[in-house]
Amino acid sequence: MKEIFEILEQNGRATAEQISTMVDKPVSEVEKIIRQAEKDGTILKYKTIINWPKLGEEDIWALIEVRVAPQRDVGFDAIAERIYQFPEVYSAYLVSGTYDLAILVKGKNMQGISSFVTEKLAPLERVQSTVTHFLLKRYKENGETFHLPKEINKRLPITP
Amino acid sequence: MLNTKSAPTQARDNLISQKVASLPPSGIRKFFDLLSSVEDVISLGIGEPDFVTPWHIREAGTYSLEKGYTMYTSNSGMPELRQELASYLELRYGVSYHPEHEILVTTGTSEGLDLALRAIINPGDEVIIPDPCYVAYPADIILAGGVPILVPTNEENNFVVRATDIEARITKQTKAILIGYPANPTGAVMSKKEADAIAGLVKKYGLLVISDELYARLVYGAEHICFPSLPGMKERTILISGFSKSYAMTGWRIGYVAAERRFIQALAKIHQYTMLSAPTMAQLAAIEALRNGESEVEKMVQEYNRRRRFMVKRLNEIGLSCFEPKGAFYAFPSIKATGMNSEEFAERLLLEEKVAVVPGTAFGQCGEGFVRCCYATSLSSIEEALRRMDRFVKRIG
Repeated sequence: MKEIFEILEQNGRATAEQISTMVDKPVSEVEKIIRQAEKDGTILKYKTIINWPKLGEEDIWALIEVRVAPQRDVGFDAIAERIYQFPEVYSAYLVSGTYDLAILVKGKNMQGISSFVTEKLAPLERVQSTVTHFLLKRYKENGETFHLPKEINKRLPITP
Repeated sequence: MLNTKSAPTQARDNLISQKVASLPPSGIRKFFDLLSSVEDVISLGIGEPDFVTPWHIREAGTYSLEKGYTMYTSNSGMPELRQELASYLELRYGVSYHPEHEILVTTGTSEGLDLALRAIINPGDEVIIPDPCYVAYPADIILAGGVPILVPTNEENNFVVRATDIEARITKQTKAILIGYPANPTGAVMSKKEADAIAGLVKKYGLLVISDELYARLVYGAEHICFPSLPGMKERTILISGFSKSYAMTGWRIGYVAAERRFIQALAKIHQYTMLSAPTMAQLAAIEALRNGESEVEKMVQEYNRRRRFMVKRLNEIGLSCFEPKGAFYAFPSIKATGMNSEEFAERLLLEEKVAVVPGTAFGQCGEGFVRCCYATSLSSIEEALRRMDRFVKRIG
């Protein structure tokens, strides 16, 4: 069953029929497993990774370290929730080390991100400090490499 | 003193050895030349993984260069590598080799094959091989001064040589049986029963087996039978293998031979005068592969298996009937239903639909009526190639 999800994770457009051949299970069974997974939240969503800079669209990204004061009973979860609900927040993690939350923020420009930090994030009551790192270059994301030309065929067309 | 004046001039017309001159060029080579004239081809004609060597192995190779490991190693290979190989064979197949005396590191499995043949063959000795088989088998036997004796295999016996067919061809000159399972070009694997039957012959006639197990790790829903692990077979087998296919390391040229000391000594004699030692960088990368490469191998095998199922199913749907290949990364469908011969099929498919497959005849006469399709290529390429093959078969049918 795990294999079905591994295939879908690599290619969200793989059809139940293709998957059924690859894992050697009946199509109906594969369809059932996928439907169930979509329902119970095992499959959250089907997305596409777009190389936006190719279209001349460049969002600005920043990785922000946030130090927060945990709260009785709910720990970091309550403050994390307050933060990650902002649409600007693309990813949010609780991390170990010198700060508590690592959040990845997306904005149209630098101005957008700095106003999010100064007006929304930093003023939050439990936020003690923030450190903003603007992303300069993306090398690899979600297991996909951006800058290597992916389809260089180094193999000879016929070999023994 | 050399008297050049009286040397007969006609002797110089034969500058190439007769043995080499009469050796036919590889059937694959011929096809390669044709292929170079066509653009945008989807190739199912490749005999190597599409994966790049796993990063941790490449990194070990790079590191070895940075550290300046650029000298020869011991003729037989780095002791650490031979130790790793011995442990690997013991753990995986339960056959134990002494790392110092019974293992030789070679420049690819190809060198191991050449060494094994040259070390055992006296002029005129016969070596039995399956037909079809890997292109180098008959050629290497001839170059070593031997005579290749072909044993036909077919779809009915899943392209595995049968002991009875071998026995029918054993003569006083028979020296060895050369087998390679999982097989290139058919994807066939040998079952325990079939291997046992061959082992019986080996004992009965006092023969030797050269077992090419390069594709050992690439088996799907089948168990690989390591020939020397059969009772009494270690002392009668020269095991040759390498890293090319299981670790996607074709370009590194690194392989090994495992056999009893008397054989390794003989092979090592040739090796020390010809190759000296396998590339040092590749040996260090191979150590890393054996120590930490298992999960990568499993990942690749799983991926090949998905593509295999996909390709075999589609081939059968198209009407190119294909027995289930349980090893390597080849499917060997029959194209007899099209009424064409293998070469014609491959040539027209290439020119009309820009899909390259290898005619079965490149691997022996018994390959007639079949083509080799390699599934070590991306699933999307396989899908597109099969779409085109479907169109092609429908058009001519």
